Amino acid sequence: MTLPTSLPILSMIVFLPLSGAIALLFIRNANQIKWLSLLICALDLLLTILLIHNFNPNSYDMQFRETHQWIPSLNIRYSLGVDGISILFVLLTALAGWVSVLASWRAIDYRLKEFMIAILVIQTTMLGVFCALDFVLFFLFWEAMLIPMYLIIGVWGGERRIYAAFKFFLYTLVGSLLLMVGIVVLYFAGGKTFDILALMEKHYSFQTQLWVFLAFFIGFAIKVPMFPFHTWLPDAHVQAPTAGSILLAGVLLKMGAYGFLRFSLPMLPQASQYFAQMMLLLSVIAIIYGGYLALAQDDLKKLVAYSSISHMGVVTMGLFVFNVRGLEGGILQMFNHGITTSALFLFVGLIVERTHTRSINHYGGLMKLIPVYTTFFALFTLASLALPGTNAFIGELLVLAGAFVDYKAYAALAVIGAMLSAAYLLSMFKRVALGAVTNINLSHIEDVNARELVAIVSLAIFVIWVGLYPLPFLNLMHVSVEHLLQQAEGVQGGLQGIVPP
Amino acid sequence: MNTDAINQSLIASLPEIFLLVAACLLLLVDLLLKGRRVDLIAGLSILIVLAVATITWVLEVHADYDSPVYNNMFVADPYSVFFKMIFYIATVLTILLSNNYLKLEAEAHGEYFVMLLFALCGMMIMASAIDLISIYVGMELLALSMYVLTGFLKQNERSNESALKYLILSATATCLMLYGVSLFYGLCGTTQLNGLTDALTSAELTTDPAIILATLFLLAGFAFKIAAAPFHMWAPDVYEGAPTPITAFMSVGSKAAGFAVLLRVFVQALAPLADIWLLSFGIIALATMAVGSLVALVQNNIKRLLAYSSIAHAGFALLGLVAGGERGVTSVMLYLLIYTFMNLGIFAVVVTMKREQYANELISDYSGLSKQQPVLALLMLLFLFSLAGIPPTAGFIAKLYIIIALIEAGYILLAVAAVLFSAIAAFFYLRIVMLMYMREPIRDSSLNQPFVLRLSLAITGIATLGIGLLPAWFLALASAAVLSTFPTFLS
Repeated sequence: MTLPTSLPILSMIVFLPLSGAIALLFIRNANQIKWLSLLICALDLLLTILLIHNFNPNSYDMQFRETHQWIPSLNIRYSLGVDGISILFVLLTALAGWVSVLASWRAIDYRLKEFMIAILVIQTTMLGVFCALDFVLFFLFWEAMLIPMYLIIGVWGGERRIYAAFKFFLYTLVGSLLLMVGIVVLYFAGGKTFDILALMEKHYSFQTQLWVFLAFFIGFAIKVPMFPFHTWLPDAHVQAPTAGSILLAGVLLKMGAYGFLRFSLPMLPQASQYFAQMMLLLSVIAIIYGGYLALAQDDLKKLVAYSSISHMGVVTMGLFVFNVRGLEGGILQMFNHGITTSALFLFVGLIVERTHTRSINHYGGLMKLIPVYTTFFALFTLASLALPGTNAFIGELLVLAGAFVDYKAYAALAVIGAMLSAAYLLSMFKRVALGAVTNINLSHIEDVNARELVAIVSLAIFVIWVGLYPLPFLNLMHVSVEHLLQQAEGVQGGLQGIVPP
Repeated sequence: MNTDAINQSLIASLPEIFLLVAACLLLLVDLLLKGRRVDLIAGLSILIVLAVATITWVLEVHADYDSPVYNNMFVADPYSVFFKMIFYIATVLTILLSNNYLKLEAEAHGEYFVMLLFALCGMMIMASAIDLISIYVGMELLALSMYVLTGFLKQNERSNESALKYLILSATATCLMLYGVSLFYGLCGTTQLNGLTDALTSAELTTDPAIILATLFLLAGFAFKIAAAPFHMWAPDVYEGAPTPITAFMSVGSKAAGFAVLLRVFVQALAPLADIWLLSFGIIALATMAVGSLVALVQNNIKRLLAYSSIAHAGFALLGLVAGGERGVTSVMLYLLIYTFMNLGIFAVVVTMKREQYANELISDYSGLSKQQPVLALLMLLFLFSLAGIPPTAGFIAKLYIIIALIEAGYILLAVAAVLFSAIAAFFYLRIVMLMYMREPIRDSSLNQPFVLRLSLAITGIATLGIGLLPAWFLALASAAVLSTFPTFLS
């Protein structure tokens, strides 16, 4: 099915959840609220698939563009568009929204309407972040996301939810305010425009690039989160309800990496190369340190949260090795991580919903009790540790292959991280699913029902698909990545005189 | 003065004249009604303000009257019109908030509204004054009305105390300012703003120690009016003690009037002395933000908290003045307009929370509000996030524009400091959101929400969200007002 060119498809995708949230205000019945939210997310997902179907992967240009004047005196416009990179994250976001509504079906037992509204609003803001082509519009979505997320963690979270919500909000706020200063500096340096594409075309003095890079770095690194800005993440993940964790891990963390990808690399190429060593070092620290911390956890959610830090280290590593393989691997790994970690949080959520404990020691022998659950759990655990044949294998392999070109030491260290992730994930799986049933309370546990299976399968499809046949995904982004690399390396010739690495 | 000049002067100041006459007549009406129909007085005063707004607007459209009148003491230029519109909005909303509040306090008297109109007139004169003497006249008219209004709850000790405190401290600050004015007169031979600029640029005065002293005296006097640190001490006590609608009025109206004068006097008239006051304002702005954001963290009374919050916001707005230039002044004006809506909105919630027996002013009184009053809580959330500067609310646009002005002028570190302070400030706004949404209610909620309160909540709520989403028109308005009034920026 082809789309008429006049159809504002991106605006529809972005604002469909918001209009759904407004519609929810007038509904009282709990079942209707759930079904409407699900319907909205399903429609959004369908629209996204339609978008990808109509996307031309042979061009790095932004497609499906929409541009309207918004604040003319400052040259701020309402401008949307997607290229081969951002379209993947639009898909990921739509998928995460669908899964998180399914995951909240029974888990949210009070103030359901407000919860679904928050989920849908956050959906709009995240989709907006990936589609925005104007810096102020981007920042608006980026920052507005804080409000619903703060409420999701703070209202529906665990016992220390208020602390976690504050920490999440303030951490991210400080980062994004510095990001705002950086954006405004770039606005003046780039000839008074907030147009992201126009800003990419300009060249900035090395001095400007350095400072703006640092401001962006703090904003994005907190979101990723990179070591040493990661401390908000375990708290937020552990306290957030399942849907909150899914959105956090699935999409929110990607926003930080997307920021590096979309802004730091092409706009500040010299500074990006100047700081590449630092970024790689921090990535490696995150990979190994996050892995070690995960190894020591007894709390299921904490374990997945720390593994997230470790796996996002792989992503940032791929972004800063400056070759096509590394970049494609990093981007694919962002997508993969969004799928597998969302799934792991979903599985933790499903089991905690049934047993009300997150402690690994309280489990054991789930394989005998709930085989369907355990089978899929095994799939995602293996995917997360990058077993060949699963999606993360492709991503990690590409990143490591990319890193080996110029940075053999970092690549070697990253392999340690991969081993660590095998260690903690397999030991978690063993303690939870294998062995004898030690906990008597587990004996009446139910296996997954049809609704949960739908959520699980919609994620599992991508694990296998990307794992066995990643080409469509790589093709989607390939041209855009090459263009990005050109932008990031366009100055390489001129750079050698400036930067002593 | 010939007849033409007199006519010109009368027409240019028609809004003020009409307002004063109408307010005096209203006083008589109240007397004739023997204070029985306070609702009527409130309604009439709203009509008067709307009429004055119409007159101002008509005069503005027929733009033949924006040259200085009254021998260069008064001007009705687009800049003053912009500020007057802010004052009208503030006054109308304050009247809407007051009616029910006064009844609950059993202090419903017609004079209250008349005093409010006099205060409005004072602010209008301040916005239009282009002579230090006429500025003083406007300031005093405003201040005298505010003393009375602050102490309007006769039976309430805190109200009386705050009125007295306000009177004494404000009088001291006025003295400082007058001293500065007299020094300027002695050095430059004029009190007219244009004359001051000419005298300062032509003569070798800028290094004279007396000129430094004069500038600082003037600065201190004005800083008091906008409650900038270290002249902010009065604000928390007065804000806490005054009737809540008056607190709201002071935090937006008087503050905006103070800024109107500040911008005109410093950015325009004393521009040759920028070396002296620029650094002082930079320091004052930082100190004000620091005091406001940090001390607000430990407040338990919502009015006190909002007092510190308004101090912090004054600090942020001052940064626009430091940035200077067309964009700097525009950013301050936009900030004040947006602040008027969001702050009056939050005060509208505070007034709505008020009950007959119980002030409901502690922050903990907001616990669980989202369960009892979901709509009210949602509006409060909107205003709080707007004050914190989170998009898509108007507060974000206000802050963004100040930051843009600062960075354009090259003050990047100041911009970084400003955003860090606003991150600190976000904490105490978040705390209220947390209480509303994440705690259980501690007492039952049978709030009385008359139509006028709902109306003012609706107006402020729509404006806070609307300006956030579509700020272009308001920005253009402020920018046009600045460009036509500060011709020096055009070059």
